[in-house]
Amino acid sequence: MIVAGLDVGSLTAKAVILDGEKILASHLQQVRSRPEEAAVEVMGKAVAAAGLAMADVACVVGTGYGRSRILFANDTISEIACHGKGASWLLPSVRTIIDVGGQDAKAIRVDETGRVVRYVYNDKCASGTGRFLEVMAEALELKIEDMGEISFKATSPVRITNQCVVFAETEVISMVNSGSKIPDVISGLHTAMANRISSMVKGIGGVEREVTMAGGVAKNKGIYTALEEALGVKMVPMALDPQLNGAVGAALFAREAMITRGDVPGAGVFQGDFCKGS
Amino acid sequence: MIVAGCDVGSLTAKAVILDGDRILAARIGRVKSKPELSAREVIAAAFQDAGIGETDIACCIGTGYGQKYIPLPAEAMSEITCHAKGAKWLLPSVRTVIDIGGQDCKVMRLDARGKIIKFTTNDKCAAGTGRFLEVMAKLLNVELDELGELSGRAMKPLNLSSTCTVWAQAEVIQKINQGETIADIGGAVNHAMANRVMIMANAVGIEKDVCITGGVSKNVGVVKSLERLLGIRVKKLRIDPQAVGALGAAVFAREKLEGRRRS
Repeated sequence: MIVAGLDVGSLTAKAVILDGEKILASHLQQVRSRPEEAAVEVMGKAVAAAGLAMADVACVVGTGYGRSRILFANDTISEIACHGKGASWLLPSVRTIIDVGGQDAKAIRVDETGRVVRYVYNDKCASGTGRFLEVMAEALELKIEDMGEISFKATSPVRITNQCVVFAETEVISMVNSGSKIPDVISGLHTAMANRISSMVKGIGGVEREVTMAGGVAKNKGIYTALEEALGVKMVPMALDPQLNGAVGAALFAREAMITRGDVPGAGVFQGDFCKGS
Repeated sequence: MIVAGCDVGSLTAKAVILDGDRILAARIGRVKSKPELSAREVIAAAFQDAGIGETDIACCIGTGYGQKYIPLPAEAMSEITCHAKGAKWLLPSVRTVIDIGGQDCKVMRLDARGKIIKFTTNDKCAAGTGRFLEVMAKLLNVELDELGELSGRAMKPLNLSSTCTVWAQAEVIQKINQGETIADIGGAVNHAMANRVMIMANAVGIEKDVCITGGVSKNVGVVKSLERLLGIRVKKLRIDPQAVGALGAAVFAREKLEGRRRS
């Protein structure tokens, strides 16, 4: 039985095609302020990559910031539930999941079944989200994907005192103007961001082993390392692209729904009808 | 007996020269590359206005973010106490002082004698500070001092749902792209600013009379929105509201001298 999970975020759309316990294919692409189109496209590409047609997919569950714009989804489920589900399926020993996306951040505690027991969510303040890094990369005239690498060249990292993105940007510019080295500044930024995320983890009662990190920001090795330092633990890396975790969770919910229902829902028919209590 | 107060803020430096109950000079200048430079210039300008020199100053108190850079033998006092002092001196009936500066915002409630009984301050988040307006003015391509008038010209009430300056920036860009007018968006920006200040004001509890100090008090759009949100009228001050902190510092300087004389 083939199912799909779709995660339409603020910046990227992700699709995962699942057959039983096996991920057949996945795809990731930019949203470019057209979530409906991005959803159709990313799904089409993932299905094609699996060598399938849309008609082969028995159930689609959507998640993410733009999940209401996935017009062909059978149901939608919160990102929190999907990230919890996805991570504990990929890494059964994980109890703490940190997801840092382009415009939000979450710290999630799950039980041994992957059910969310506690979480902290921030989408109100840009600090501690991917946007913080985007703004800083722009201010420093760097590519965001290069920041991780550059930060490892730091010799004496600066201390960023401001938490607010707007104030920190000014702080960074004046540091560079007064002679601070770029790697030292970036390293300081990573530590500042890691501290911010770490305080979210305190909000769910601190780390419970194991810990993993999902979302686009997890690909930044500088943040990843700084976060391990801030939390005082080694995290378990995700075996697949950490940006796909939410979509994997959505696909798992689609599979569960099919198993409990035992039938094949038609598109749109089961909107909000199943996966209750998740 | 001539005294001085100097308030070196994040964007402007202010100096007030006081002779008894008379304000001899009140000067405001943009900050320079270094706070000591800003302080020196604004004090020199105030001396010139008052027709006095450094040796005429019996006492000076400094306040604000750059208080330790003032080029006179000065003591430092907190901005909160200076703003409250200055406002009370100008407006004896004042009970609530809202100070909105370039990088912070404070709300203070005073008792009948001018003592601060409750206050809250934000300098952690750019939302609700002058910085929010600066960012938005740049985005709308208007001068900061033109932003306030946009509220009066706004025809359609728009809403900014984000508090965070960064997210609100994205919302403003979206509204520009949707073809909303600059006046309507400007009105929404001023209203969002007032809304944020209202939350702080309500946390402290508003009591009449209310006055607003700091640079943002010159934005009529923000002030009108805030009056509507709080259901009060803001009292006008007879000096530039940006100079109130420096005035309060000068009043403290005078009190200090009087205290010294008495003892």
